[in-house]
Amino acid sequence: MTVSALLTATHRPADQRERFYQLLPELLASDPRAVALLADIGAGYVDLPDAVADRVINLGIREQLLVSAAGGLALTGMRPVVHTFAPFLVERPYEQLKLDLGHQDVGALLVSAGASYDMAAAGETHFGSRDVALLDTLDGWTVHTPGHADEAEAQLRSALPGDDRVYVRLSGASNAVPHGTGPGMAVLRRGSRGTVVAVGPLADRTLTAVSDLDVTVLYAPTVRPFDAATLRATLTAPDVVLVEPYLAGTSVPHATAALSGVRHRVLGLGVGHAELRRYGRPADHDAAHGLDVAGIRRSVREFLS
Amino acid sequence: MTPSTTHPPATTGTGYAALPRLMARMTGDEKHEPAATSTLDVLWVLHDRVLRVDPAHADDPDRDRLLVSKGHGPMALYAVLAAKGFLDPGALDGFAGFGSSLGQHPDRTLVPGVEISSGSLGHGLGLAVGTALGLRLAARPARTVVLLGDAELDEGSNAEAIQYAGRARLDRLTAVVIDNASASHGWPGGIAARFAVEGWATVDTDGRDHDELYRAFTAPHEGRPLAVVAHVEPKGSPR
Repeated sequence: MTVSALLTATHRPADQRERFYQLLPELLASDPRAVALLADIGAGYVDLPDAVADRVINLGIREQLLVSAAGGLALTGMRPVVHTFAPFLVERPYEQLKLDLGHQDVGALLVSAGASYDMAAAGETHFGSRDVALLDTLDGWTVHTPGHADEAEAQLRSALPGDDRVYVRLSGASNAVPHGTGPGMAVLRRGSRGTVVAVGPLADRTLTAVSDLDVTVLYAPTVRPFDAATLRATLTAPDVVLVEPYLAGTSVPHATAALSGVRHRVLGLGVGHAELRRYGRPADHDAAHGLDVAGIRRSVREFLS
Repeated sequence: MTPSTTHPPATTGTGYAALPRLMARMTGDEKHEPAATSTLDVLWVLHDRVLRVDPAHADDPDRDRLLVSKGHGPMALYAVLAAKGFLDPGALDGFAGFGSSLGQHPDRTLVPGVEISSGSLGHGLGLAVGTALGLRLAARPARTVVLLGDAELDEGSNAEAIQYAGRARLDRLTAVVIDNASASHGWPGGIAARFAVEGWATVDTDGRDHDELYRAFTAPHEGRPLAVVAHVEPKGSPR
């Protein structure tokens, strides 16, 4: 089997999901505790050497079992790597995440694909913009939002050996180059009129959107835990804009907590709550949600003026 | 109904005969809810005669696992754990209080011998499938037994687990279903048939008869997971 169906054009950054499938056999070989659990999604793309084939388990289209079985594997000391599309990984088996991982006090490495409207033409059933907000209702999750395949690879490698609950949100959108792998925020630019926090794949377009504005730009490849220390330490004017590739406002409570005791304003940009009932391409949805360069620029300028 | 064996001797004070007294410490009553007593004999036989578990080695990676998916009415579970030395019987007195480790649904992080935290139905069998997969991958000989209720099978998540476990030939996995006929719409054709069609070996047995239960749990089932349907008196009927 090959990954050729997912290969991207050479002028674009490497595809995060493709990188994950390429990396998976090596991850499994590197850690005898690692077990990949699939629910058909991705099963045709992973090329499996015999040595690790027994540790890739395709359960079929059974997402409740996907997460429950991960909990059971973790109870025996294994390290489950659990993969499917975001809405099927986080929304459908939400109670399994809550009880079969969290309440059992065990962990897993969840790796989603199809972030937000990556599969724009597929419509609402395949949209996964609510995942990070849902995980925020649960305890103890680390949430990575890589903006580049290299960042995703580093995050996956570093999360594998643990026993904690980690979500890696692979996106079809990427920045041209890696901006850092965290876990803290990276300072991309310093300015005096406020701070713009760009999450994962939205960094390049955010930098372009605010290129002529006197603002600090922070880059977050990891959003949970939220890096309050860097936000506070780099703050000039107490005006903060969050630019997030998932549900608008998801990190606003975290920014508010980070700035508690400081009179401040926070604007949360992201994917709108309302169903658009539109198909098309991701770029169409970026524009509709104000997450393209023009939309980010418009919102930030208006907020800071 | 009287159990068909007296093993171990009731005179020890920690055997089967001690269970009603231990349960009364939680309920304050010698009569108990059906949800609490429907599992009593199954839990006792598993702990007393089937499972390789030991309170002195409660975290032994090679121990057998008993996952109680039917987390409602856990008094029988707590009583058996107390009788077998996992729990100080004194802990039973504060049952379900704020300072107690013993709740109306069990928490694995609070009680030795409790393998999963349960209460919400339809989670235990999936956890058991993962547990059995993990033990098989690690080449451990341990057995995984998961206890369910017949009404719990209404939850669709169990269908996913039953189908997959049969196909994966998880022969170290046993599901024991306490059938007290409490499912709202019933299971025409019986519960065992639902497992059998997915490739499980199945045994129907009297859920109060200790020797029958022992034979059911030790029935040969080469290459297949085992489903034991333990029939007890219908919910709401006097015992």
